Amino acid sequence: MIELKNISKTFNPGTINEKHALNGLSLKLEDEDFVTVIGGNGAGKSTMLNALAGVWPVDSGQIIIDGTDVTGLPEHRRAPFLGRVFQDPMTGTCGDMEIEENLALAARRGKHRGLGWGITKAEKEKYRELLAKFNLGLEDRLTAKVGLLSGGQRQALTLLMATLVKPKALLLDEHTAALDPKTAATVLEATDRIVSENHLTTIMVTHNMRDAIAHGNRLIMLNDGQVMLDIKGEEKKNLTVEDLLHKFEEASGEEFANDQAILS
Amino acid sequence: MGLNVMTLIGALPGDIAQGLIWGVMAIGVFITYKILNFADLTVDGSFATGGAVAVMQILSGHSVATALMVATIAGLIAGLCTGLLHTLLGIPDILSGILMQIALFSINLHIMDGGANKAVSATQYNLIVSLRDVSQAIVVSLIFVAAVIILSYWFFGTEAGSAIRATGNNPAMSRAQGINIKVCKVVALSISNGLVALSGGLFAQYQGFSDINMGRGSIVIGLAAVIIGEVLGNAIIGKRMNFALRLIFVVIGSIIYYIVIGVVLWLRMPTNDLKLFTAIIVAIFLAIPYLKNSFGHSFAHAKKMGGKEK
Repeated sequence: MIELKNISKTFNPGTINEKHALNGLSLKLEDEDFVTVIGGNGAGKSTMLNALAGVWPVDSGQIIIDGTDVTGLPEHRRAPFLGRVFQDPMTGTCGDMEIEENLALAARRGKHRGLGWGITKAEKEKYRELLAKFNLGLEDRLTAKVGLLSGGQRQALTLLMATLVKPKALLLDEHTAALDPKTAATVLEATDRIVSENHLTTIMVTHNMRDAIAHGNRLIMLNDGQVMLDIKGEEKKNLTVEDLLHKFEEASGEEFANDQAILS
Repeated sequence: MGLNVMTLIGALPGDIAQGLIWGVMAIGVFITYKILNFADLTVDGSFATGGAVAVMQILSGHSVATALMVATIAGLIAGLCTGLLHTLLGIPDILSGILMQIALFSINLHIMDGGANKAVSATQYNLIVSLRDVSQAIVVSLIFVAAVIILSYWFFGTEAGSAIRATGNNPAMSRAQGINIKVCKVVALSISNGLVALSGGLFAQYQGFSDINMGRGSIVIGLAAVIIGEVLGNAIIGKRMNFALRLIFVVIGSIIYYIVIGVVLWLRMPTNDLKLFTAIIVAIFLAIPYLKNSFGHSFAHAKKMGGKEK
């Protein structure tokens, strides 16, 4: 269970660029919840994921992962709990290292890194099998440098890396936004497969309303650093883009200001 | 008086010995500059620290083995300090190296009892490398180079070593995978400066004295070795390059550097101009990849090609 309690974060406080990114945001995820997150620009979508991942400390509030209070832990000490895939395909992998080396690094997330070999023979076989499931031909390129892969291939690899050690939560930060529509669909398909195979608790930020509706069992909409809509169960299943826009206008009293989210 | 080719050939073994000794130093620079992606200027100080500590240890009656071990540890500590300045106090990489380099200048003088240099005679002490026996110097430094390459190859293949490589390549990814990148940086800087100091300890024996200025500009020599080795390695091995070969080519780069310097001296270039010459060579090699890349992508090129079919 993941719990964000009354989280606030202000960037550049006291300057002209002051930005109240999160304003007392609270969110509780049950095990195996797959939550999609939408919201306009600056609504706090990515900020919420970064707060959970510990990229910087929050100003106030509490973050609890499976009963452990992680509010005071830095990013690398929260990593054992979290699998992450980023918007930029370059962020999630080491471009100068081999595919198998990247996977081996991820396989040791949350474990002590000592003077044992960085990668073993048994591991390589396992990676070959896991990569074959993506149907991207990566299983034959284990020793290729990741820098040679396409954006979609890198995101698929990052997705596998994020889940090699089963995380308490999988955080997907617009992980298909930088991909062309066809590749994005492939990566989303792989996402659904991995989430259901491993029974993962997942938060997927997206700017695409259709994707947000089509995936997961729960949808939240953020506005001004707070949860404005929280739709689950039957209501989520029957949701349409029109419903969503209507609900937004009802809740906020203004029009939804993100053309990209509506048109795509 | 003409140029005598025999003098040039006669100087070759000495150049090779120097190149091998500095090769250990260049591997240290490779670890920070290439693996950690950190331009560490501490080395100008820690090279002299290694020389100073080794010579003082030998003069006070310790064995050469002990002297080199203590010199290496002194270098490790110097690198540790640079790492802490950077990670704990948030000082940018280049500045933390410069601060440590300046601090080491005073520390090195203290190590040498306030003297600017200390002689250690090969006739009085049982030195393992010396100008007086160049062939032995080559064999001994070759053994050191081989040991350093084997140990580095092993270490950077381990879990801890892989974490350091990841830190240099992509810090954001490393943190997300639970790697403490601050610890990785400090460890890599320590190892690097330990090797640099070891090289300084060997070189002080080779030249028969330690000197407060012996490390001046050594970062540039180290970079020259790394870059020459890389260019040469890519030309010869190309895509089949692996980590061990890269390290070997760094040492070859160091040897080539000293042979080139030997040739330049033989051509009677004033020794005062050597550092200028080295700086120009390194600047050219650093600029090549950039210029190669921008050639054909420049505005001038675009104008020339305007309207023409490719």
